[in-house]
Amino acid sequence: MDIIDKKKLARIIIALVLFLVAEIIVHLGLTDGQYGLWIQFGLFLVPYLIAGYDVLARAGRGIVHGQIFDENFLMSVATIGAFALVFFPDAEPHMAEGAAVMLFYQVGELFQDYAVGKSRKSIADMMDIAPEFANVMKDGELVQVDPYDVAINDEIVIKPGERVPLDGIIVSGKSQLDTAALTGESVPRVVEEGAEVISGCVNMTGVIHVRVEKPYDQSTVQRILELVEEASERKARTENFITRFARYYTPVVVGMALILAIVPPLLFGQPWSSCVQSALVFLVVSCPCALVISVPLSFFGGIGAASKRGILIKGSSYLETLGSVDTVVFDKTGTLTNGSFNVVAVHAEHDVDPDHLLSYAAHAEAYSDHPIAVSVKESYSGIIDQAQIDHVEERSGQGVSAQINSHTVLVGNDKLMRAEQVPFHNCELVGTVLHIALDGAYIGHIVIADVLKDDAQAAIAGLRNAGVKKTVMLSGDREEVAIAVADRLGIDEVHAQLLPAEKVTCVEQLLSAQNEREKLAFVGDGINDAPVLMRADIGIAMGAMGSDAAIEAADIVLMDDKPSNIATAISIARKTMRIVWQNIIFAIGVKVVIMILALPFIGIATMWLAVFGDVGVACLAILNAMRALRVKG
Amino acid sequence: MKRMYKLEGRLCGNCAAKIEDKVAKIDGVNKASVNFMTMKFTLDTADEKHADILEESKKIFDVIEPTCTIKA
Repeated sequence: MDIIDKKKLARIIIALVLFLVAEIIVHLGLTDGQYGLWIQFGLFLVPYLIAGYDVLARAGRGIVHGQIFDENFLMSVATIGAFALVFFPDAEPHMAEGAAVMLFYQVGELFQDYAVGKSRKSIADMMDIAPEFANVMKDGELVQVDPYDVAINDEIVIKPGERVPLDGIIVSGKSQLDTAALTGESVPRVVEEGAEVISGCVNMTGVIHVRVEKPYDQSTVQRILELVEEASERKARTENFITRFARYYTPVVVGMALILAIVPPLLFGQPWSSCVQSALVFLVVSCPCALVISVPLSFFGGIGAASKRGILIKGSSYLETLGSVDTVVFDKTGTLTNGSFNVVAVHAEHDVDPDHLLSYAAHAEAYSDHPIAVSVKESYSGIIDQAQIDHVEERSGQGVSAQINSHTVLVGNDKLMRAEQVPFHNCELVGTVLHIALDGAYIGHIVIADVLKDDAQAAIAGLRNAGVKKTVMLSGDREEVAIAVADRLGIDEVHAQLLPAEKVTCVEQLLSAQNEREKLAFVGDGINDAPVLMRADIGIAMGAMGSDAAIEAADIVLMDDKPSNIATAISIARKTMRIVWQNIIFAIGVKVVIMILALPFIGIATMWLAVFGDVGVACLAILNAMRALRVKG
Repeated sequence: MKRMYKLEGRLCGNCAAKIEDKVAKIDGVNKASVNFMTMKFTLDTADEKHADILEESKKIFDVIEPTCTIKA
């Protein structure tokens, strides 16, 4: 479908030309004769009918079906009224205005169609992440099928340049995936055998064979599309307000127009012509189009812009609430920190080589699967030579002792050191400290901690910039660890050593401490925190790529695990709400002002102004609403 | 039964809201939504009445916005 209706455009141009010709004829005084007024009437009637016959036809049709308050009806009455003023002997002729109002109404409509069509298209482009086909291995042959027809455990082949059609696990091959359409992240993700791939990503470099894990209608891409499309069903309060407003606004204004046209002339002897003129102005501005189009468009634009950044908002009501969030509560692990342990420091005693320290620790922990042991081994860049290890002994709750190269090595916490009577000293860093002793002598310690995400600091600063007043961190971790993290990030309030159930209580306390206009958002990693996600005004789940539970429980889902996206989401929400309110105030304001100016005893507002108050305002409001679609950066 | 239909033609937000309202009032409709941004009509009805309600919805579209039609 073409965005612009070419036939209509041509019609309006012809009408416009004829209208100008008529104006010139009138101004040259060629119609000054006896029947001049009627010639003028005819001259303007032609472009009027060419431009507006469809509006008149639809208005007639509406009357037949009892739909009297639509815009076609209002425009028809207003313009016919303008022409009819010729029958009032004391009135100036208004045929030119009648024709012009219809012309400009149509130009405005055309423009409005164009703007709406354009934003529909950009939304469609934004959601153009659905795969068109899947290559399935069937009896050793590759067949191209509809993604709907692929079953779980089928093997599909994804070539470079193709979109991943279904969620699955790579069985062979290696490639880079472009996840930008899902997460907004431009750095490609490297994947190889055993890795999970998510539908909607684009395969960039190599051919991969994937075993399908989920049917198409439950795959990530399909869920995202459903979410975004159904988002408009959960309407925001503002949206409902506008719908209700529109339902009453038009009949009320039409009623006022009627009263205005009849009452003053009958009761106060005002001239009919000026009162009817005021009434006509009322009719023209009585259409609520500027609002009923631009408000939902802004919300949809905001949701679309967010989804482009990998932020899924489940409804415009959530977008609205998110815009007024002033407290953000984080569950530390998985949101601000990676949730995995890493070696953050290796502190060797002054005469010891740190590499040796790490090497002893890695060898001693070689057989352990404990997360701490794993992180030590990961940070050790050398090769673990198992031939050197002997007599490994796990000391429950303390650590491990081992013979390495016939040296006795102890790796563990302060309890182990005390038990073995090794003098040691503590570290100034916060985290889990592993002390290491060699043949009974202390040689240093390794600090292991949950690492802050790269953008955690930027995330908190971003929230502040976006206008969030208070940040709170909840953690099940030890108090000193939690406080250290909070201090580094600049978080206002910390609650540590919480059990999962206590997190709900904590959020409830925070909720009851704030007044009704203040909103609280809770950010979790979607694992184990569903109750808190539901309890908060807004539940935000992070790192949700492929996690169904998180998508289910949260109101807002961040596809990747970058906490800085929360500030982005809040900024998008605030921008959207700003645009919505700008439009509401602008549209209602202009219309009210025009109505006041049109009152008979003021009588400044003309039909020209009224037509601006209708289609002009609608176009400006739509243009403003389209800003919500734009994604920064 | 919940199904989604594509819409074609011109549709404004005001008409969409009016149509949504009217369709929702048909007996047997659980939920109706007319999305003028995505041009989609979602109809959730009692199973056995779905076809009838769809026909009735088409008539409502025809009255309120004759230039917009449901693509079956």
